[in-house]
Amino acid sequence: MNPTNRLNLISQFFSLTDAHMLSVYEKLGGYEMAKKAIREMKPDAVEAEVRKSKLRGLGGAGFASGVKWSFVPRDSGKPIYLTVNADEGEPGTFKDRYVMERAPHLLLEGILICAYAMGIHKVYIYVRGEYLGPIQRLREAIDEAVAKNYLGEKILGTNFNLEVVVHQGAGAYICGEETALLESLEGKKGFPRLKPPFPAVVGLYGCPTLIHNVETLSYLPFILQEGGDWFAGLGTETSGGMRLYSVSGHVERPGVYERSMGITLRQLIEDAGGVWRGRKLKAVVPGGLSAAVLTADEIDVTMDFDSLRKIGSMGGSGGVMVMDEKTCMVRALYTTMRFFGHESCGQCSPCREGTGWVARILKRILDGEGRVEDIDRLIDIGQFMGGTTICALADGAQMPLLSYLKKFRSEFDYYVKHGCSLVESEPAGVSN
Amino acid sequence: MPTVTINGQTIEVEKGTTIIQVAEKLGTFIPRYCYHPGLSIAGNCRMCLVEVEKFPKLQIACHVQCSDGMVVHTESERVKKTREHVLEFLLVNHPLDCPVCDQAGECGLQDYYMEHGRYDSRLDEQKVKKSKKAEPIGQTVMLDTERCILCSRCVRFSDEITKTSEFGIFNRGDHSEIGLYPGKELNNPYSGNVVDICPVGALTDRDFRFKCRVWYLKKTNSICTGCSRGCNITMETNTDRPHHGHGERVMRLKPRYQPAINKWWMCDHGRYNYKWIDHGRMTEPVKGSSEHRQTATWQELMRDVSNQIRQSCTDSPESVAVLLSPQQSNESLYLAKKLFVEELKLQHIYLFSPNADGDQDDLLIRSDKHPNRQGAAILGFQEDGENIENLIRRIREHKIKCLYVFGQDLVSRLPHAPITEILKQIPSIIFHGSNSNLTSEMAHFVLPSATYAESFGSFTNFEGKVQFFSQALPALGEARSDLEILIKLANQLGITWPAWDAGDVARDMQAEYQAFKNVIEAANDKEVFSS
Repeated sequence: MNPTNRLNLISQFFSLTDAHMLSVYEKLGGYEMAKKAIREMKPDAVEAEVRKSKLRGLGGAGFASGVKWSFVPRDSGKPIYLTVNADEGEPGTFKDRYVMERAPHLLLEGILICAYAMGIHKVYIYVRGEYLGPIQRLREAIDEAVAKNYLGEKILGTNFNLEVVVHQGAGAYICGEETALLESLEGKKGFPRLKPPFPAVVGLYGCPTLIHNVETLSYLPFILQEGGDWFAGLGTETSGGMRLYSVSGHVERPGVYERSMGITLRQLIEDAGGVWRGRKLKAVVPGGLSAAVLTADEIDVTMDFDSLRKIGSMGGSGGVMVMDEKTCMVRALYTTMRFFGHESCGQCSPCREGTGWVARILKRILDGEGRVEDIDRLIDIGQFMGGTTICALADGAQMPLLSYLKKFRSEFDYYVKHGCSLVESEPAGVSN
Repeated sequence: MPTVTINGQTIEVEKGTTIIQVAEKLGTFIPRYCYHPGLSIAGNCRMCLVEVEKFPKLQIACHVQCSDGMVVHTESERVKKTREHVLEFLLVNHPLDCPVCDQAGECGLQDYYMEHGRYDSRLDEQKVKKSKKAEPIGQTVMLDTERCILCSRCVRFSDEITKTSEFGIFNRGDHSEIGLYPGKELNNPYSGNVVDICPVGALTDRDFRFKCRVWYLKKTNSICTGCSRGCNITMETNTDRPHHGHGERVMRLKPRYQPAINKWWMCDHGRYNYKWIDHGRMTEPVKGSSEHRQTATWQELMRDVSNQIRQSCTDSPESVAVLLSPQQSNESLYLAKKLFVEELKLQHIYLFSPNADGDQDDLLIRSDKHPNRQGAAILGFQEDGENIENLIRRIREHKIKCLYVFGQDLVSRLPHAPITEILKQIPSIIFHGSNSNLTSEMAHFVLPSATYAESFGSFTNFEGKVQFFSQALPALGEARSDLEILIKLANQLGITWPAWDAGDVARDMQAEYQAFKNVIEAANDKEVFSS
């Protein structure tokens, strides 16, 4: 385990001036690992390092990257695509934006390494529609990289070709779900696909497709530089390395913090300056809005995927949202559920109808019209809304719904009984 | 081959078979909305969730393929509870306007609520308001998005079957709505099918709307007569409450599943080709030329007609002509052949189509708009323009004394001018048909016959497939079936035929002509909401 839990790998570029420019990136040793991979390493050797690194998918699912690569058939006779998920729609998450804005070449180098190892020649970066700045930076970076033959044809004098295309999304949360993303890329409505088949086998345009989050790929140059074992050692037994935590909400210094997978939530909140205004901590969402909420008593958990799963939440996208003692949990849950209702793609009936229904019940409670039976009704609806749908959006709505109701039930009971909030909060940092 | 166990029953299945298919084989019906065996799998309604051992989550039976050793439970408490909740979700924003909904009585929501729901309403919230109440989206179909459960069957039908892609799902979440793409109208030749496959009252048939409550309908297996495909249909009739359809008896035609011919579908031309069964009918025997027409009894008419034929035959068998029609059933053609060819030994017996050729496509529609040209061919009758030219010439030369017509309208079908003047040269036109037309008005004898809806019989489709249709209705007024008329006529002419009923005729016909044994049996269709 990394004793300090701190190490600036990706984040070293965040504070440097003009690190987004190729000349600066090169001065810092940029593209050396891509060169090493392409010129000196066999694709298998690259893959072996990735497997050793215990790198997990950092978009939210936490799937082991090495295993994911092994699912992609190399001999299907079809091209293999790499699709970079830069949709970053999970509320409370903003780390990929930093990477694309401040270290776009790092992402491109990671892409290059991955593409080389997997025999990929075409890459699509699907970027969240609102990310105009990052899109601009990425496009400039790609132009620079093509000009210096890091991308394009016969890269660095080898026979390896790679084209990278930036695709701007249109703002739907669901398009961050990997199969909805593929549909969207293909020009269709962003509806998640039925699985199986999985995208590794039948993905973009029916071809084997590897889908990786921005951050996941951006760690590849470091893994090649220092070795997979080194990276694995930075994290926990099952989750290798560092990750970028987006810390927001009621902390003194919100921002992106690169920390070990093994850091405790408590330490992370302290690193972000602790709870603001000297207030007490009430609750934390540890892994993006879809994660189950944790109480102040649960923050000694380490932030790796498996530890968070063990206590009924998830590492997710690493979006840590801190709520102080004045937060009204009823309002916070309403805001959460309204989001999921708004973003449900509308395919599966439990999610389409359930998320909106739950939001409307919560709204009624907030309006002082709640009834005692509403709480159990919400729990009942929640139990059948998740686990019954094509994609994980409803599961992501179910987790906060059930955890808020379970862990902060007294606040809901109070609101229903008195028609007003127990905490009389000022706006909770999450708007109505 | 994988072996699966469903509710304790074990069965070996083909690789790739889904749970819902296997269950059906075992007689276990798993409720579904979006699943339709003729369309791709959407998996969105979640009604068919079942428990599969070793899977932590419930699985949709329409999508999950059976693997060896799989153990499935479709009626466990967990499954039942989930079904109830899924149904509740589907009804959260449904208007529950059953009393004014045309789908009531054949609605998937009503049916499943009674079978799988039965919960008390827990909805205190306002429902999501959809943009428009019922609006026409084409010539045949009305859309009410409020009732829609977004199963996407209509979308997939228009994408996959007609490949016309009129439908799409617009907006997101519980604001999602089925609609047509801008500038599109639903006017493809198969548009009516979306009404059949719509499990709820979102898509209703403009022709059928509010004519009759479906529980008054009697359903009879029949065969479409709109072209030579021979699509299997259900004829839905209402005779108990004549005030419900302004006295019309046939309320609608629906496609009936037939894997060998039309699968689940039928075209709009065939679907709406039924008004003539109740309109423009001739219900009384009539005799006399146009100026001196009078109704007669069958007895009188038969006597006169047979005298006419006998006399003409005595003069010269060459002076009698018969025009058979590819609209006639195999049985009707068979008896006509027996009478006119074998007994009376007439020379001029021709097949003549009452309808012009029309469109044809790769799905169902055939350009030949008659149900039984192939049956006529088996009996040796082919249509030939030269024969008709000869006939016209002979009429002009006053060589035809008696013309027996099977329902065709020669006046509108023959291009020869002045056709009415030509026909007037025939001393005796015998019109044997169900509906009046310009030719029947010129006829000296009208033998009102039953339509196919009022008879039993068979057609042979263009591929040589023989299919039987059942009698859905009693013959209107004094009309009689073709067989009855032909047997009566034969008897009157002194020919002794056994007391055949329709079944006897069919049997004899099959004994005589091997080709009529190529019978396609009606399929047993368990698929709900498709027909």
